[in-house]
Amino acid sequence: MFSSDGARRRWQADGPHFLGQIVNHMVLDPRDGRTLLAATSTGHLGPTMHRTTDFGRTWKEAARPPAFAKAPDGQTGRSVKHTFWLTPGHASEPNVWYAGTSPQGLFRSEDGGNHWEPFGAINDDPQYRAWMGREQDGTPDGPKMHSVTIDPRDPRHMYIGMSGGGVHESHDAGRTWAPLAKGLEVVEGFNPADMTFHDPHCIRICPSNPDRLYQQNHCGIYRMDRPTDEWVRIGRNMPRRVGDIGFPMVVHPRDDKVVWVFPMDGGSVWPRTSPEGKPAVFQTQNAGKTWKRLNNGLPEDQAWWTVKRQAMTADSHDPVGLYFGTTSGDIWVSRNEGESWGNIARHLPEIYAVETAMI
Amino acid sequence: MTAQVAHPMRVLIPTPLRSYTGAREVEASGGSLSEILLELDRRYPGFRFRMVDEQDRVRPHIRVFVNGEQVFDLQRALQPSDAVHIVQALSGG
Repeated sequence: MFSSDGARRRWQADGPHFLGQIVNHMVLDPRDGRTLLAATSTGHLGPTMHRTTDFGRTWKEAARPPAFAKAPDGQTGRSVKHTFWLTPGHASEPNVWYAGTSPQGLFRSEDGGNHWEPFGAINDDPQYRAWMGREQDGTPDGPKMHSVTIDPRDPRHMYIGMSGGGVHESHDAGRTWAPLAKGLEVVEGFNPADMTFHDPHCIRICPSNPDRLYQQNHCGIYRMDRPTDEWVRIGRNMPRRVGDIGFPMVVHPRDDKVVWVFPMDGGSVWPRTSPEGKPAVFQTQNAGKTWKRLNNGLPEDQAWWTVKRQAMTADSHDPVGLYFGTTSGDIWVSRNEGESWGNIARHLPEIYAVETAMI
Repeated sequence: MTAQVAHPMRVLIPTPLRSYTGAREVEASGGSLSEILLELDRRYPGFRFRMVDEQDRVRPHIRVFVNGEQVFDLQRALQPSDAVHIVQALSGG
């Protein structure tokens, strides 16, 4: 964990926490400002979840981490390989958390992340199971349930992203779901009417306007303005040589016209690295009409970085601070909304997620 | 209460699981591997789920040996004189 004061010039490292384990996601509860959940796994042991209320001085393991329901005798059940995504519940529901897993499942905790229950409406639904696909249909380390998003105006209104399987919406706290796929493209040659072929990478709701959603998809960058149910491919306005493929999507905390992405090479062999080895963040200030390249301070050449979908985020300062971590173990920070960048850590293990919290 | 319960057997713990037990060897009682693991999980909460998944399958990189013989069936009956070794099968790189 790295900490700084409001100036964000000097950063102090603390750790390591969970040496030898993969931390897929670690999120502070914004409702109490002190409960921090970490979804952990190792290459050899099963996945689990840890919780701290003293910023990592002591960690306590969840009594019941996310786990699928036991299959009836004679049937083959699924087992959680890792918890991939964590989302605190609505402000009106203290101690409620949601988790997305690999293989894909949605889970809910009502006691601050200590006990987790599966969502049968998704996890055991034949149609959703078909859309999720099997092990070989997902991303290289398994299909992901992610981008669990709660409407800040209504705890019953939720969105999820399934890689693969598409974007889905619920208006009844997750009891029933419906796809939200109009306007989204899929890989050439596949049928966009089949949710199986949709791969949203990261979906974000604008805190300043929850009717506006942005999405970084396997096939482009999109925006949706409710109450319409159609995604508009705003990534078409990105420079052609860069393209509009990537993993993370970052929204401005106060301005729904401003977002940032970190494009990667989604060309013929999908190296998932910065296009031409020239890393850059791209920002729009007009909801996707035009994009600006922001790479002042980043390497100009021969930097083949990959930034995963939870590994780029913003703080809520003014000007907004931006942060991203690479799979090669660097953390880069901008204190001025991306105008310039500086490195605060090198030589870390692979970075899966970067999150910020104001304490 | 059975004779097995009265005579606990030795269980060797691999290094990745010693954060739970605090020891390389513990004693546990039970008539089967399943019972042994449930007892260890009661004493060391979270222990069992790290090595056995929610479908009661031993996880891919975990191996269990009884008196030197590899065992895959958690219902395997045990005698008080048996020695149980839990092993993490290292892999990769």
